[in-house]
Amino acid sequence: MIVEIFNNFPYIFRPSLLLLFLTITVLFLTWLERKTLAKIQMRMGPMFVGFHGTLQPIADAIKLALKEDILPLWSNKQIYWFAPIAVFVPAFLIWVTLPISNVFVVRNLELGLFYIVSISVLSVLGMVLAGWSSANKYAFLGGVRAAGQLISYEIPFIMAILSIAMISKSLNLITIVENQSSFPNILVQPIGALIFFLSGLAEIGRTPFDIHHAESEVAGGPFIEYSGAHWSVFFLAEYINTFTVAALVVLLYFGGWNWPTMPFEGNTHSFLSALWFLFKCYLVVLLIFWIRGTSPRLRIDQLMSFCWKLLAPLSFANIIVTGFILYYKLPWVILSVSSILLLIVALYFIRKKTNTSPQKTIKLYSANELRAAGKNNSGLETNND
Amino acid sequence: MPESFITDWTTILAVAAVGFAAVLGLFLASYILAPKRKSADKGLPYECGIRPSKYNWSQVNIRYYIFAMLFLIFDVEAVFLFPWAIIFVDSVAAVFYEMLIFIAILLFGLLYAWKRGALQWN
Repeated sequence: MIVEIFNNFPYIFRPSLLLLFLTITVLFLTWLERKTLAKIQMRMGPMFVGFHGTLQPIADAIKLALKEDILPLWSNKQIYWFAPIAVFVPAFLIWVTLPISNVFVVRNLELGLFYIVSISVLSVLGMVLAGWSSANKYAFLGGVRAAGQLISYEIPFIMAILSIAMISKSLNLITIVENQSSFPNILVQPIGALIFFLSGLAEIGRTPFDIHHAESEVAGGPFIEYSGAHWSVFFLAEYINTFTVAALVVLLYFGGWNWPTMPFEGNTHSFLSALWFLFKCYLVVLLIFWIRGTSPRLRIDQLMSFCWKLLAPLSFANIIVTGFILYYKLPWVILSVSSILLLIVALYFIRKKTNTSPQKTIKLYSANELRAAGKNNSGLETNND
Repeated sequence: MPESFITDWTTILAVAAVGFAAVLGLFLASYILAPKRKSADKGLPYECGIRPSKYNWSQVNIRYYIFAMLFLIFDVEAVFLFPWAIIFVDSVAAVFYEMLIFIAILLFGLLYAWKRGALQWN
C-alpha cells in the first residue's frame, strides 16, 4: 500500500518527502545514540520525556528552536550565518540518488556513485567557513583540522568506491545492488569494505576520527560559537551523514535490500525490501555508535599517517589486484582470497602500530608514606614523564 | 539521453531548493520565537576564562597545504579512473595497462612525498 502511495505521489513533492524521511531518521538516531551510549556506560539514558525518553528528540528540537541565536561581535557575519547551509545542503543532496529499495528513490541517477563522490566533499567548505568566520582560535583550528582530515580521507573513500564500480561495471546504485543478488560484495571485497567503513567514519567526523570537533582539544571546533537554530543545522547534517555512510556501506558491500532477496512479488516485495534495507542500515549505525562508545580519539599525526601511509596505499593495491583479477576473468574465489590477504596485511600493520605494552609503572603512595617523606624532607621518587 | 539528463538536474535542483528552504524556515522560526538580548560580553568569542584579544586568526601549520595539494592530485586522478573502471573489463589490453602505468606514476609520487617526509606530522 505504501508503495502505491509513493508511486502515485506527485513527482515534484518527492524532495519534501525525502526531507520528512530524513528528519524522522535524524530524530530517531539522536535518541538511539543516547540510548546506546547509555547502555555502554551502564546508565539509563533519557527516561522522562515519553516512554523511555522517546519524545526527548522532539523536546530537544523545540528547545533548540527557542534558544537565542547568538551572532558573535567580531565574526564575519554573512559567512557565519551562511556556513550551516553550506554544510547541510550537500549532506541532503546526496540522498537524491540513494535508493531505499528499487522503488523508493527520489531519482535514480545513472552516474549515482560519481555524483555521491563529488557532492560529499562539498561539506568541507562549510566546515572551513564556519571555523574561519567565527573569529575564535579554537574554531579556526577546528576548521583547518576538518579540512585536512576530510580531504585526506576522501582518497581511500573514493578508491574503495572505485573498486565496487569495477566489479559491478556500473555507477548506478540500483544496478549495483541488483548485481549482488547471488553474493554480497563484502565476500569478494573485505578489504574494500574495511577501507570504506573507516574512511567513511573519518568523513563524517565520528570518534575515533573526531579531531576537528574534539571537546578536550579544540572545545567543539568549528561549532564553538554557534547556538540555537544555526547549531542544530550542523547537528542535523552530522546525523544525516552518519546515516548516509551506513546506507552506502549496506548498498555497496552488504547487498542492499537484495541479499538475501525478499520473497513475494510486486509491491509487497518492494515494501519488505525497504524494511530489510533499513534494518541493515540500523545495524551499521549501531556499529558506528558502538565504536564511538568504546574507542579513544586518534591524535592528528596518527590520523594523517593512518590515512596516507596505510589506507591510501592499500586502496591503490586493492584497485590494482581487483583490476588484474577482473581483466583476466579469474574466478571470484581468487578475488576473495587476495582481498583477505590484503586485509591481513592491513590488520597486521594496525596491530603493530597500536600495540602498546605498558612500559612505565606508576607507584602509588599511601598517606603515611607521603607524610614520612615530607618529614624526612627527602622527597619521593618521581616518574620520568 | 538528453531528456533524462534534464530531469536528473531539475530533480537535484529541486532537492537543493527544499534543503535551502528547510534551513531558512528553521532560521526564520528561530528568529521569530527565540529571545534576543544583546550584550557586549555575550558577543565575545569563547575563551577559557580570560578576555580574548582581537585577531584570533592564528597561524596554520604548513602541512595542511601539502596535504591539500596531495588531495588535489589524487582527486583529479579519480575523475580519470571512474570512466575507466566501468569499461576496462571488456576493452583491449592497452586500456588496462595504460591506466596501471598512470596509477603507478602517481603511486611513485606518493612514495617520493613519503620519503621526503611530506607525510610526517611533527
